[in-house]
Amino acid sequence: MMRIIIGEGSCGIAAGALKVHSAIENLITANDSFSLGSTGCIGMCYLEPIVDIYDGEVLFKRLVRVTQDKAEDIVSSVRSGDFSLVDDITITSDDEEFLIGQTRIALRHCGLIDPTSIDDYCNADGYSALKKVLGTMTPEDVINEIKISGLAGRGGAGFPTWFKWNAARNSSGEDKYLICNADEGDPGAFMDRALIESDPHSLIEGMLIGAYAIGAKEMIVYVRAEYPLAIKNLEIAIAAAGKNGFLGDNILGSGFSCKMRIKAGAGAFVCGEETALIESLEGKRGMPRLKPPFPAEKGYMDSPSNINNVETYANITWIINNGGAAFAAMGTENSKGTKVFALTGKIKKGGLVEIPMGKTLRDVIFGIGGGIRDGKKFKAVQMGGPSGGCIPESLLDTVIDYKALAATGAIMGSGGMVVMDESTCMVGMAKFFLDFTALESCGKCVHCRIGTKRMQEILSRIVDGEGKTGDIELLEELSLAVKDGALCGLGQTAPNPVLTTIKYFRNEYEAHINEKRCPAKECAALRRYAIDPNKCVGCTLCARGCPTKAIIGKVKETHVIDTTLCVKCDNCRKTCRFGAVTIN
Amino acid sequence: MSCNCKGPKSDLTLLNNIFEEISCVPENLITVLQKAQEIYGYLPEDVIYHVADVLGAKPAEVMGVATFYSQFRLSPIGKYLIMSCQGTACHVNGSKRVSEAVADYLGIKHGETTADGLFTLENVACLGCCSLAPVIMINGEAYGNLTPESAVEVLKTIKEKENGEK
Ligand SMILES: Cc1cc2nc3c(=O)[nH]c(=O)nc-3n(C[C@H](O)[C@H](O)[C@H](O)COP(=O)(O)O)c2cc1C
Ligand code: FES
Repeated sequence: MMRIIIGEGSCGIAAGALKVHSAIENLITANDSFSLGSTGCIGMCYLEPIVDIYDGEVLFKRLVRVTQDKAEDIVSSVRSGDFSLVDDITITSDDEEFLIGQTRIALRHCGLIDPTSIDDYCNADGYSALKKVLGTMTPEDVINEIKISGLAGRGGAGFPTWFKWNAARNSSGEDKYLICNADEGDPGAFMDRALIESDPHSLIEGMLIGAYAIGAKEMIVYVRAEYPLAIKNLEIAIAAAGKNGFLGDNILGSGFSCKMRIKAGAGAFVCGEETALIESLEGKRGMPRLKPPFPAEKGYMDSPSNINNVETYANITWIINNGGAAFAAMGTENSKGTKVFALTGKIKKGGLVEIPMGKTLRDVIFGIGGGIRDGKKFKAVQMGGPSGGCIPESLLDTVIDYKALAATGAIMGSGGMVVMDESTCMVGMAKFFLDFTALESCGKCVHCRIGTKRMQEILSRIVDGEGKTGDIELLEELSLAVKDGALCGLGQTAPNPVLTTIKYFRNEYEAHINEKRCPAKECAALRRYAIDPNKCVGCTLCARGCPTKAIIGKVKETHVIDTTLCVKCDNCRKTCRFGAVTIN
Repeated sequence: MSCNCKGPKSDLTLLNNIFEEISCVPENLITVLQKAQEIYGYLPEDVIYHVADVLGAKPAEVMGVATFYSQFRLSPIGKYLIMSCQGTACHVNGSKRVSEAVADYLGIKHGETTADGLFTLENVACLGCCSLAPVIMINGEAYGNLTPESAVEVLKTIKEKENGEK
């Protein structure tokens, strides 16, 4: 039987997938012998909305950038078996490369199953790892298998997962908790959202195996409040898992009992830090705690707790089913398995990318991502969000490996990969992140609260054209002080975007400070507007629209801009029909 | 402690359902405030005092939590809540110009509501639709690949619809 399946993750919906869905639904009649369904995020976000046509289990046709008005063509093609009507929206072989280049473990079900159907998950071998664990493995066996796999935390720091599980297992205490960090604070990253939306049962199953290993009776998922669809799909999945005996008392008759609940965050970046997350779970302001004691000894409600990232848990069932050694066979010496990245920014093909560790940044950005769009030149890639850094073109052959990436000054991070081209100002980028961390600093420790604020002020001054000699050195000095003195990871890593941009793009800082010039022409205060006499026809349009009367000139004569009056509003450049207004 | 605030009086009985559904311990404070905000659209002062009373917390503690998290609002919002993404992907793709154009068009700043009570503008960090950057979300519906001009067009359409209904 033919099946029409629409990708309805958040990206798909934002691009109009639900409108396409109802348009197709309205055309289907009782005589039709095909079905209509939905799936989560297929990962090719730049091609959304995506409509897949399956013949039985085989993907027969993938339609991309589908609009409502294509609904009729799609339905009649499926009816007739002649797909020439949809040739124009059929995926090209170049775009198909995007998925072919990937190795999907954490994302293995994304875009293939209906996330709201537990049957779909079970048919895809779902809950078989849990059965194996409960039926044939001791908690120690599980921890050992994870140790063999070499799995490290995917939330950013890359700490060995087995070690944390083992510590929580060995802590004394009746009530232990297993917590999932789905706060996904890095602005510009969406791996965890896509995973929960598209394959919630994988998270539940992975967490159950973790709970069994450490001896937890309750599991809590802390999800960012901005992810309503993830929360909804996870709620549906938890209810279905409970009904089918995978959650609750005496799971699958094994004697192991475990409950699960969701806690929606309320919007605070620092709550991604594990001890702040615990404070927030307890209903308080998300202020980090001093470590030690680590959560494994004293976490949620002062009980032993284990916290892992969504993607970390999403790898667990695969490891149990295929063996730790198979996982460890992928990657580099100290980074095993695969990593999911959210590839965005000035990239041609943006979306979710999962590749084995050990590939290079170039493989991801220029191979899978297809390089920079609009014919521009690559400048840098930002990894690790506000805790990470910008990596320049000269280091594009760096392999994806915790140590190799840390050596650049950036970090692996949770998977945000924002690509920038020549039109992005790197000082502006550093300021962007410091604006963010200064705002999100919880205020508990002085170094972070005041240090990030002072750094932000200096950066603002530089982009406003008021930078002073010595500002770069001052920023470097402050960076080190904040790194050393801050209480938690937020402050300890906040200077990274500044330090890496100074390290690799010092010339841009110097141009701003010494020449009052923004090489990327992005900083408004440093733009100098001029009119190209060869292109100006003297139409007076710009002069009439100038709010400060800074443009002088008569009809049919070349106009000039009085830069002392110009407020850089950009009106003239936008209104000129001859492209005569230039920015220097 | 009861509320001595001078602000408008809220119908506190609307909270009773929440207190039946969720156990009244300080641990559930954030969840209770989230549900309360769903009811009132924001957290009125008397609601904050009342929640403190019922959960056995100090009003200052409740206020502390309400001001810590960006989700909570202490003043009413307009009919349309515009969330303008300022995440990294949107920043790189020109979100600043989009939000400036929106703010200019509405004549308000980030965090403010228009005088006619129609629009509230909020800057947020990442809506999770980064591949459609720059993105704004209006009452939960996302608009992607915006330019300053197309963002203003979206608002114009909403405004026209509203004026037509009046
Ligand atoms: C400021 C800050 C923000 C963080 N945000 C997140 C986050 O959004 N998601 C996440 O999984 N880990 C985040 N972390 C890392 C967590 O503290 C913790 O290391 C992680 O959840 C552990 O899981 P893992 O071992 O599976 O990586 C953050 C850390 C810091 C310091
Ligand atoms: S950065 Fe704007 S949606 Fe993610």
